[in-house]
Amino acid sequence: MSAVASGWGLFAIILVCTATVAVGALGLRLSRTTSDFYVAGRTVTAGWNASAIGGEYLSAASFLGVAGIVYSLGTHMLWLPVGYTLGYLILLVLVAAPLRRSGAYTIPDFAEARLSSRRVRRLASLLVIAIGWLYLLPQFQGAGLALQTVTGASPAVGSLIVAGVVLASVAAGGMRSITLVQAMQYWVKLAAIAIPCFVLAWLWLRGGQPLPKLTDPGGPFAGALPAYPSREHPLYATYSTMLALCFGTMGLPHVLVRFYTNPDGRAARRTTVIVIGLLGAFYLFPPVFGMLGRVYLPSLPAGTRADSVVLLLPSAMAPGTLGDLLSAILAGGAFAAFLSTASGLTVSVAGVIDQDLLSGAMNRRLGGDLPRTHSFRLASVVAILIPYAASWLAPSVTLADTVGMAFAIAASTFCPLLILGVWWRGLSVAGAAAGLIVGGTLAMGATLATFVGVGRGTGGWLPVLLAQPAAWTMPTAFVTAVLVSLATPRSIPVNAARAMVRLHAPEEVTARVRPSSG
Amino acid sequence: MPALPTPGEIGLVAAGLFAALLLGVVVLRLVRRRRFVDPVDRATYETLHTASLATRSLRDGLTPEGATRATRHLRSMLGSTAVAITDTNATLAWDGAGSHHRRDVHAHAEQVLSSGRTLVLTSEQITCSDPDCSIRSGIIAPIVADERVVAALAAYGRTTSTGLVRATEELAGWISTQIELAELGRQRTRVMEAELRALRAQISPHFIYNCLAAIASFVRTDPDRARELLLEFADFTRYALRRGGAYTTLRDELQNIERYLALEKARFGDRLVVSLTIAPEVLPVAVPFLAIQPLVENAVRHGIEHKSGIGHVSISAADVGATAEITIEDDGEGSDPETIRAVLSGGGSGNSVGLGNVDARLRQAFGDEYGLVVETAPGAGTKVTFRVPKFAPGVHSDS
Repeated sequence: MSAVASGWGLFAIILVCTATVAVGALGLRLSRTTSDFYVAGRTVTAGWNASAIGGEYLSAASFLGVAGIVYSLGTHMLWLPVGYTLGYLILLVLVAAPLRRSGAYTIPDFAEARLSSRRVRRLASLLVIAIGWLYLLPQFQGAGLALQTVTGASPAVGSLIVAGVVLASVAAGGMRSITLVQAMQYWVKLAAIAIPCFVLAWLWLRGGQPLPKLTDPGGPFAGALPAYPSREHPLYATYSTMLALCFGTMGLPHVLVRFYTNPDGRAARRTTVIVIGLLGAFYLFPPVFGMLGRVYLPSLPAGTRADSVVLLLPSAMAPGTLGDLLSAILAGGAFAAFLSTASGLTVSVAGVIDQDLLSGAMNRRLGGDLPRTHSFRLASVVAILIPYAASWLAPSVTLADTVGMAFAIAASTFCPLLILGVWWRGLSVAGAAAGLIVGGTLAMGATLATFVGVGRGTGGWLPVLLAQPAAWTMPTAFVTAVLVSLATPRSIPVNAARAMVRLHAPEEVTARVRPSSG
Repeated sequence: MPALPTPGEIGLVAAGLFAALLLGVVVLRLVRRRRFVDPVDRATYETLHTASLATRSLRDGLTPEGATRATRHLRSMLGSTAVAITDTNATLAWDGAGSHHRRDVHAHAEQVLSSGRTLVLTSEQITCSDPDCSIRSGIIAPIVADERVVAALAAYGRTTSTGLVRATEELAGWISTQIELAELGRQRTRVMEAELRALRAQISPHFIYNCLAAIASFVRTDPDRARELLLEFADFTRYALRRGGAYTTLRDELQNIERYLALEKARFGDRLVVSLTIAPEVLPVAVPFLAIQPLVENAVRHGIEHKSGIGHVSISAADVGATAEITIEDDGEGSDPETIRAVLSGGGSGNSVGLGNVDARLRQAFGDEYGLVVETAPGAGTKVTFRVPKFAPGVHSDS
């Protein structure tokens, strides 16, 4: 890559980083100070809220990983971006409105509200941390990758920059989740991927519309669906990944907290519908990069991963200033993706560490005089350092696969908790805890085994079952939760019926039938 | 795939081992906390632990469910074959062997409930057709709360001893204390509710008078404004006097403050400058009903009424992670920190309406770390800050 290109790219990355820190530090001043206000008019509208969810959800895996996977595995994988969006449909149909009505801010809150159990809350908190860390890992890796592609710097530098910027912005004031800023992030990301995509597509049209060779040495580009060409038992791998994406989205810690901003259950549903539209629009673009990559970049430079195809493509198609400029836009967009997702996750994970693990212990040790912000800052350091260290040691698993594992763990733990909690009044405290423990242990065990490389290269079922665990861990967790609940009817919370009414009755009804006490 | 593990993989294994080690240490510490060298220490610990478990069950007073859960712990403390609790109407709970005697307990305890004296039952009073039944004798001790016998604790077994009689009496005394504590808790809630009712009725007569006077002054000069203000006044009183749940959303509470300020502005005109900084994310947070309005009223009163010139009042609600932070600030006369401290600790003075009440309600709803923080000094204005968690068990806004 030319020096000019790295200059442009570096500029875009620095711009995005500076803007992020500045917004974090000055965030409060953005909220208007007025002398006449109309509170009702200030409620966050569904459209803004949906943009904010999109801004936080579209991560490195979406920005780089999807294109990379389409590039290396071909049209077989076009279902993957659909899967990333599909989770919101399940969320919409099954849990969005009841969850909002429960008044819960996080999943541990929901566990406590529905089951009135501090222990299940603890368990859920630990899982939030585990999922958050696993999801943060590819953000750091992706940042390292992007910086390496643009400037040639070692991947560790990029990860360090993202970790540092996220830490700075979170510590400076990231506890505030400013909807407007996150909403802007979505539109920035969409523009950063759509504009280069249109330019490159125009170049492709003018260049005689060459089609990718369907039978490349790297693997065929087209084939029958569904298939996961790189795996044995592709059908299983596809369905298992699909299941994880569909049922894991509801358990992602940084997605759920946004639903709290909705005024009521109806608004929560409307927000989800808009999210599906926004994400659908975004996911139109990455596969285009994958396809064009096959045409113009038949082989990648040695030592680069398929995930970087998005960043390499512009200079391959339009050498010179135009390519450099497009690369810079894409690099900036990718960095915006890492930063927004990583901040959202860090705030969620740090919040849980602070609230459920750290505060109590620190208050006991230091006599409760500690300012609230200190313990939160300490928590955010912990929340970032561990996945950062892990990304440094991380094995060569693709971005999309690591993210897929985070989804698999969420699908095997929080999905049973949320779905059974919302739809089955027979869920007992013991059943919920057993489901979380069994699902969490199995899915995390499979993830760890994959990272370590158990059964790698041996072929057969073992590596596939471990790399795509959702298809067996999620049903196991569901069955465990149901069976244990049936066996322990005494540990069904006393106020289960009341909690169910609150979850399912529209707000106006709850307000009307409320006993007029006081 | 390389046959040899890469450095990354080795590092990951090391990280995994480290995590496992950490988990091991935590588990070990938990286990060690339970281990005692001295058997006396151990016995003391176990008794206290069982007592604390029983306390939890008795938190709501003597309910059938609470009593059922408590008897299990009570039996392990007494070491008798069976333990039962009966109140003046019926047997509440039986734990241990021979539960077919459960229906006799109330009859056995009749005398204790009326006399308030401990009774020892022998095999003459306890008859059983089953020769293997171990319920042969019993001790029934009265549970006294508020100088009334409200229930009785019965311990059954094959034999009785003086030690067991005394232990049963002591335990009954201990249960009495727990019940009185539960009653105290209930009374506290009732007092809070009464205070809230009082606060609702406490739209100060001065405020009503001042509002109506201000509206009257507009009737001729600006009838439209007068009509608007009257509507604001109607909405304000409807909200403040509403019957309903103890919680509302921050949005509704702020909306009501909006009306309140519109009315105050009609009276003070340009002398009152209000600025608001509200993060829209925290509008759905549940807050105690009328928790903020009294604070704003105080700010207006201290910031303007006792002062010449322009008074500033600023209200802000910020999103701080899992909590919302609400601040009400004025640049008025301020007050002596000692006075505020006295108000907050319950020694109310008439000057700061509702400050102590709001503080108590916040603490009751969310816990002691969520009370009011007041920064003030004479001549330096007043700043009242408090935090509200976005989620608290049992707190729902029923607006």
